[in-house]
Amino acid sequence: MGEANTATASVQSSASSDELIKIIGMHKWYGDFHVLKDINLSVTRGERIVICGPSGSGKSTMIRCINRLEEHQKGQIIVDGIELTNDLKQIDAIRREVGMVFQHFNLFPHLTVLENCTLGPIWVRQTPRAEAEETAMNYLSKVKIPEQANKYPGQLSGGQQQRVAIARSLCMNPRIMLFDEPTSALDPEMIKEVLDTMIELAETGMTMLCVTHEMGFAKTVADRVIFMDGGEIIESNDPHEFFDNPQHDRTKLFLSQILGH
Amino acid sequence: MSEVAQSYTPGTHPDMPAPVGQRGVLLWLRTNLFSSWANTLATLVAIYILYKIIPPLLDWAVFDAVLNASNRDECKSIGPGACWAFIKDRWSIMVYGFYPEALRWRVDLSFILLCMALVPVLFDKIPFRKPGLIFSCLYPFIAGWLLLGGFGLKHVGTDEFGGMMLNTVVGVTGIAFSLPLGILLALGRQSHLPIVKSISVCFIEFIRGVPLITLLFVASTMLNYFLPPGTTFDLLLRVLIMVTLFSSAYIAEVVRGGLQAIPKGQYEAADSMGLKYWQSMRLIILPQALKISIPGIVNTFIGLFKDTTLVLIIGLLDVLGISRSSLADAQWNGLSNEAYISIALFFFVCCFSMSRYSIYLEGKLDKGYKR
Repeated sequence: MGEANTATASVQSSASSDELIKIIGMHKWYGDFHVLKDINLSVTRGERIVICGPSGSGKSTMIRCINRLEEHQKGQIIVDGIELTNDLKQIDAIRREVGMVFQHFNLFPHLTVLENCTLGPIWVRQTPRAEAEETAMNYLSKVKIPEQANKYPGQLSGGQQQRVAIARSLCMNPRIMLFDEPTSALDPEMIKEVLDTMIELAETGMTMLCVTHEMGFAKTVADRVIFMDGGEIIESNDPHEFFDNPQHDRTKLFLSQILGH
Repeated sequence: MSEVAQSYTPGTHPDMPAPVGQRGVLLWLRTNLFSSWANTLATLVAIYILYKIIPPLLDWAVFDAVLNASNRDECKSIGPGACWAFIKDRWSIMVYGFYPEALRWRVDLSFILLCMALVPVLFDKIPFRKPGLIFSCLYPFIAGWLLLGGFGLKHVGTDEFGGMMLNTVVGVTGIAFSLPLGILLALGRQSHLPIVKSISVCFIEFIRGVPLITLLFVASTMLNYFLPPGTTFDLLLRVLIMVTLFSSAYIAEVVRGGLQAIPKGQYEAADSMGLKYWQSMRLIILPQALKISIPGIVNTFIGLFKDTTLVLIIGLLDVLGISRSSLADAQWNGLSNEAYISIALFFFVCCFSMSRYSIYLEGKLDKGYKR
């Protein structure tokens, strides 16, 4: 049984090595509540996807299923050729390749910024400390806050904390970056600095899945915009088509509300 | 007095120093003690009470006290105050119990080494911390060797332990071993593995459901019924085990409270990085949970240290037990005030030190959390 699984997994990985995430017929329930209905999604390497929709539509739940922060009950999720099941080894292998940035940053408050960034490489990838610190300083410079390396997260502003969170995920050299409403907890002034960081990251060719309400970001960077409502993917299109020519009524309603004010 | 309000254009107001408050003792007295008629009355009543209590207390304890006498009647004839001569006479037995007099240097040495072993554990900015910690890990064996004997030192039975030394041995052992055990129990109770969880829950609830005295009784009397006949299990060792198990159940609940206070996002951030269970516990969750639990943990330890006097019930003579048997002695009969005040002072010094350390630790760990 195990051999057959790895055989299928490696066949899939060689056949579609460009397809980093494949979700097939995925359903999820919270108790009796059917929160995700028949999700089908395919993400190729280097693709940037923005997922939008009203609250409660299941957007965050869907991307949290990709790194097993939530469990799906039906269907398949295959990340970089590895299928997500209850097998802890596979889950850990997937989590190493998938970085996540949270709405509320989730930095570790008892560690300095530098220690936050080097923790993953040192303990998960067994990188020597000096090399991990060099990588961390490199990414902290890329997000433009190298001078904060020895401060504690509590001493930074929200925008700086989120940029540290992005740097922390990047230090693990993931293949995919998931963003769960990264700017929703920030003041308007800080939103720009975080979005700029994400745009620069997109330009390096990182595969990104981003749940956000920032439609300007979607228009600038996204290869595809997905609209979700009521646990289903309603519409999925490239930005121009999506914003100028929405197909479904629910999409039209949503766009009128979010772009109207 | 009147100031001309200087006006600034918006956006140019400079930062100015805060106004100097009116200082002075009179002002403090006025605002804190005599601010209203009710407060004034309360202050006067309080002053009167202090006047009635403190001078007689000082007279009794300090000015009229007797330090040198050989029995109670001689004490009374020298002066009307406290007979500290009693404590002076019985001091060595109150501290060392029945430990052979010639070998008491071993107890002193183990106490000094205890202080040395505690320093690297309690404080972190000290030089040579790493070798110090290794010494701290070896300390239990060194202390056991010093106190009990063997390997070149003359053997001393545990029935000769007593006094403050016994309280310290039971207290320190209980505290040191119940903390790691309590943490494991707390993690076990949170676990998703059903067997681990039920064992942890049953253990914690059983221990918390019975008084420590009953556990000590079980240790001293009933345990023999469960063990094969003829096995002797040192009484002090049984007491140490029971005290440790007792304390670990309470620590487990305190730590569990701390674990629940950690936001779910911390667990998620640790998981999404690919950290395994023990790694995320050790590096992320437990440091934060223990920091939150410090007041509860130190509280439990202070209670535990005072609970060590309960060994009196099963026949081990700690400082309280020895003082009571000294009081029964005809030579010093009836000097209970002096005895109990001394014991209270011993416990107060130990417990207050723990309390102060707790505040120091909380302050030290708070850096960086607050902006």
